[in-house]
Amino acid sequence: MGVLYRAHVLVCGGAGCVSSGCRAVQEALKSELAKQGLDKEIKVVETGCMGSCDLGPVMVVYPEGVFYRKVRPEDARDIVQEHLLKGRPVERLLYHTSQREIIQQMEDIDFFAKQRKVVLRNCGIIDPEDITEYIARDGYEALARVLTEMTPEEVIDVVKKSGLRGRGGAGFPTGLKWEFCAKATGRPKYVVCNADEGDPGAFMDRSVLEGDPHSVIEAMAIAGRAIGSNQGFVYVRAEYPLAIQRLKHAIAQAYDYGLLGKDIFGTGFDFDLEIRVGAGAFVCGEETALLASIEGKRGMPRPRPPFPANEGLWGKPTLINNVETYANIPPIILNGWEWFAGIGTEKSKGTKVFALAGKIANTGLVEVPMGTTLREIVYDIGGGILGGKKFKAAQTGGPSGGCIPAEHLDTPMEYDTLVKLGAMMGSGGLIVMDEGTCMVDIAKFFLQFTQDESCGKCIPCREGTRAMLDILTRITEGRGREGDIELLEHLGTTIKDTALCGLGQTAPNPVLSTIRYFRHEYEAHIREKRCPAGVCAALVHYEILQDKCKRCGLCRRSCPVDAIEETTEAELVAAGVGAAGADMQAAGASQGAISQPASSPKRKPLFINQERCIKCGVCMRECRFQAINRC
Amino acid sequence: MAKVKLTIDGREIEAEQGSTVLEAARQAGIDIPTLCYHPAVGPSGACRVCVVEVERAKTLVASCVYPVAEGLVVKTNSARVRNARKTVVELLISTHPQDCLCCDRNGRCELQALANRLGIRTERFRAQKPQREPDASSVSIYRDQNKCVLCGRCVTMCRDIQGVGAISFAYRGQRTLISPSFEHGVGEVECVNCGQCTKVCPVGAIVEKDETGAVWDALDNPGLTVVVQVAPAVRAALGEEFGMAPGTSVTGKLVRALHMLGFDAVFDTQFSADLTIMEEGHEFLSRLKSGGKLPLLTSCSPGWIKYCETFHPEFLDNISTCKSPQQMMGAVIKSYYAKAKGLKPENIFSVSVMPCTAKKYEARRPEMRASGVQDVDAVLTTRELAKMIRMAGIDFANLEDDDFDSPLGESSGAGTIFGVTGGVMEAALRSVYEIVTKKPLADLEFTQVRGFEGVREAEIAMGSTRVKVAIVHGLGNAGRFLAGLRPGDSPYHFVEVMACPGGCIMGGGQPLSLEQDVAEKRASVLYQEDRNKAVRKSHENIAVRRLYDEFLGKPGSELAHKLLHTTYGERARARVEEARRQAVIGAAGA
Repeated sequence: MGVLYRAHVLVCGGAGCVSSGCRAVQEALKSELAKQGLDKEIKVVETGCMGSCDLGPVMVVYPEGVFYRKVRPEDARDIVQEHLLKGRPVERLLYHTSQREIIQQMEDIDFFAKQRKVVLRNCGIIDPEDITEYIARDGYEALARVLTEMTPEEVIDVVKKSGLRGRGGAGFPTGLKWEFCAKATGRPKYVVCNADEGDPGAFMDRSVLEGDPHSVIEAMAIAGRAIGSNQGFVYVRAEYPLAIQRLKHAIAQAYDYGLLGKDIFGTGFDFDLEIRVGAGAFVCGEETALLASIEGKRGMPRPRPPFPANEGLWGKPTLINNVETYANIPPIILNGWEWFAGIGTEKSKGTKVFALAGKIANTGLVEVPMGTTLREIVYDIGGGILGGKKFKAAQTGGPSGGCIPAEHLDTPMEYDTLVKLGAMMGSGGLIVMDEGTCMVDIAKFFLQFTQDESCGKCIPCREGTRAMLDILTRITEGRGREGDIELLEHLGTTIKDTALCGLGQTAPNPVLSTIRYFRHEYEAHIREKRCPAGVCAALVHYEILQDKCKRCGLCRRSCPVDAIEETTEAELVAAGVGAAGADMQAAGASQGAISQPASSPKRKPLFINQERCIKCGVCMRECRFQAINRC
Repeated sequence: MAKVKLTIDGREIEAEQGSTVLEAARQAGIDIPTLCYHPAVGPSGACRVCVVEVERAKTLVASCVYPVAEGLVVKTNSARVRNARKTVVELLISTHPQDCLCCDRNGRCELQALANRLGIRTERFRAQKPQREPDASSVSIYRDQNKCVLCGRCVTMCRDIQGVGAISFAYRGQRTLISPSFEHGVGEVECVNCGQCTKVCPVGAIVEKDETGAVWDALDNPGLTVVVQVAPAVRAALGEEFGMAPGTSVTGKLVRALHMLGFDAVFDTQFSADLTIMEEGHEFLSRLKSGGKLPLLTSCSPGWIKYCETFHPEFLDNISTCKSPQQMMGAVIKSYYAKAKGLKPENIFSVSVMPCTAKKYEARRPEMRASGVQDVDAVLTTRELAKMIRMAGIDFANLEDDDFDSPLGESSGAGTIFGVTGGVMEAALRSVYEIVTKKPLADLEFTQVRGFEGVREAEIAMGSTRVKVAIVHGLGNAGRFLAGLRPGDSPYHFVEVMACPGGCIMGGGQPLSLEQDVAEKRASVLYQEDRNKAVRKSHENIAVRRLYDEFLGKPGSELAHKLLHTTYGERARARVEEARRQAVIGAAGA
């Protein structure tokens, strides 16, 4: 083996941190270490995602476990000279709570402390490009055990008893799927990994592939043994270049180590694994569309039955699971089904990775036991709502899911409760919305997404989501009609009942669930032509509060369309406008004079020409006296 | 096949294991409406019009793909089902142009019928209608994508049954459309003009390129002698356009109607089918004798020719150099007939009525100008002729019979059966046999080459020679057949290929029906007409003999070659060209 290092600096190399510049930080660190002659003592490792994406680039210095956030290349000198040479952590780079409390250790930060990592066990800890690091953390031991000590039936039995359910969305019992596939009669059989993660905001599958690709490779080989398959395919979307690169590298290493290919562990079991890159169609996450895409056809779903377990790739029995599902398999084999079944709730076992996004303080990737309440995730781990605003709702399951309003904050996050609430687990995207979010607008956003991504095959999805989108658009533009809500409900339930695949059948969920919990917002848009959250541009207008306005003219100068105008006194009176109206009149309309605010006696009052205003909000942002109101 | 019992609408029904709920219901007399489903192209489960309620199923299911199972309980007419179907069709028509009055399929549109059946009377989801430019790039078919309901039947027909794949789905969501590669016009890609897509389109989105206008203009032009020829398959199906049962022969009425429309002479393509046998038989025998390229592949079907030129150019030397009967007739009309009548070729307007859309393309091939001008000026499909007859107010079903005109109206029974798969082979065998053996055939009917199996083969003893033949119909079958064949090394001597499944009787220009029993009935018309003919062998056609005596000399003569034979060439595939172009652009960019 090589040298023993006295310290390791783990730099997060997840796609988030890569975009925020972690590669430059690494380079700076390495060159600083070399300059100080420490490059033989201290090792810099690029790991997978650590989860706290909004703090990136992040890093942890071991053995102490000191966590640095928002590190820039120019910080490298201090980290090396202060911390690594003199043992004094660089305070300005440490984590601060919202109470400005400084926390040095990673494990003391709530965001990390309250998680339980099974799927992400190695992400952020090992070098994903070094198979020995995976092996050092018991990697491929599960495969060895499966191949040398267990029968395929025993493997399936363990997966069944663990209670693991599919992490791709619908939550189908994984062990049952394996069993169906094992019993299917066609030959050859295939093992497929669905890594076509397409829900906006969800990136747990990417993180696993980027941070711990061997866990998926190992699990797929285990699955191959269990169902009797010697060929696997990982279907990854082309938008995940880093995941593809690391997976490719990992597969090559696994072949080098004899952990893929012929006669694995000398047991006579062969398993080959190939990558298929998708062109980024959301619908290719649907299993039959994904299989069509692997076959080189247009990614369009087909009716089931037959199910892929019996007739999948090229008409042969095919096991298809998602990345996160596979990542659970090796620890289940190693620790036993009892261990896994001990985590989570009665019907949802194990952990779930959520991608926190939206108006939440700590965005990123978190893994918690099933059954953790939404409140714990949002407040304890997520650090609450940004800017101290009020929580309004959380969207789970992305465009296929629904929203969970504040009154259900104590809902345990598990498959069946979420469905009862009109939402779904989906792949684990969790988008947090505050009081400034318009629920009609949100529903429209998701429907636009599904409409764009509909494969166009079945009418309910292709035309139905478009019809719903048309209705939502007119509601948000102030052209809503009485009966529109009922029409949306009718369309939504019909689409769910008739669409060909999961994409269409779940597409109306965001609309139906926002109507369920926020019907009054729809009514306000339709009946009062008002957007309560002040989001829908066509329904808001800006006005100048004359009693607060100092007539400084800043708003006028910043308006991009010259919509802010001086008004003649006559016009002012005729319009009968103005918060300052009371004293205007008191000052004597008969004389045609207006009392001028003391600050600018010679300037005329300013008004917003509503015809011209494009509702960009620049005036409101620019005003220093809070004299512009949006309503 | 094992049977299962299921309940549909409260009735216990027995159905074959492996069949679908739709099939089981229809067998029991319960008609579930469909749109994307077509018996000839199979189910896709796309449109969701055929949804039914299945007990314990989470959602409604598409009956066209849902397999029957023991104890299944199905409701086909519940409120939930009716509401769903109606909403689905309402959604579909929300973006449909609904210019039904100006549509080719007005009155015969499946969507129109469906909307009517489901009681749709208001446009609940009125939306912006698409405004795409129609695709008029092909001489055979015309595509109006605005009317397309994306049922996918044409795609399945073209790709899976015909093995061509000229069109496919493109884009997603509301922008989804059916298009040739790179949104080219269908006339610019590998389309072989067979027109089978026009027969499966439930609406007016793919129709034949209409030439009735040009024909009316010619008929109205006193300076033109307007001559028409009619292919055999037309008489076997035209009656269906006028409410007559499939399998009704309308030969005499057809000739009467053409005379009434004002054609100066009505000729029979069966005459030139006999002529084709003379030339092709001669070619076959000389290849056989001189060790020429075998198997000889027939050349009557222009869709097949274009397919071979595009996808299997390695077999071009195997294709008979004989023109198709349409083009032989075209050349003879503007040479032999013109000379006899003292007419200049350019003053003759030569029309053909064909069961085929590819004939429109064939007539415009640059090789087809033996007379110095385009030999065949306009090609009408059977459907277009029906339109003209209707427009003229002719009561077709009650017409008296009439006879073809001389001298190009006489034909043998061998010429008649050209219209059905196996017919060209049978006609050829009748003549070749007698020429080779110099003995009259005892039994004229080579039943071993008849039928509707996709690929059939037979071995016929002709004296000391055993001739091995094969018959292939449908281009998908042709592709598979050729894939198993090497050009210079084949067990076959003679292979008949027809582009359309079933042969010309089921051609792309025929009345819209693809059912097997309709094919059989149309075939029976031709076989019956053959039996009724006094002359049943091409080489015994007196008029054909006279043509040789007076004009051509003998089969394979120099004049015959000039007028009746042609050449073929490899066609670049659009994809290849596009890829090359992009490579050039890429290289230029780099």
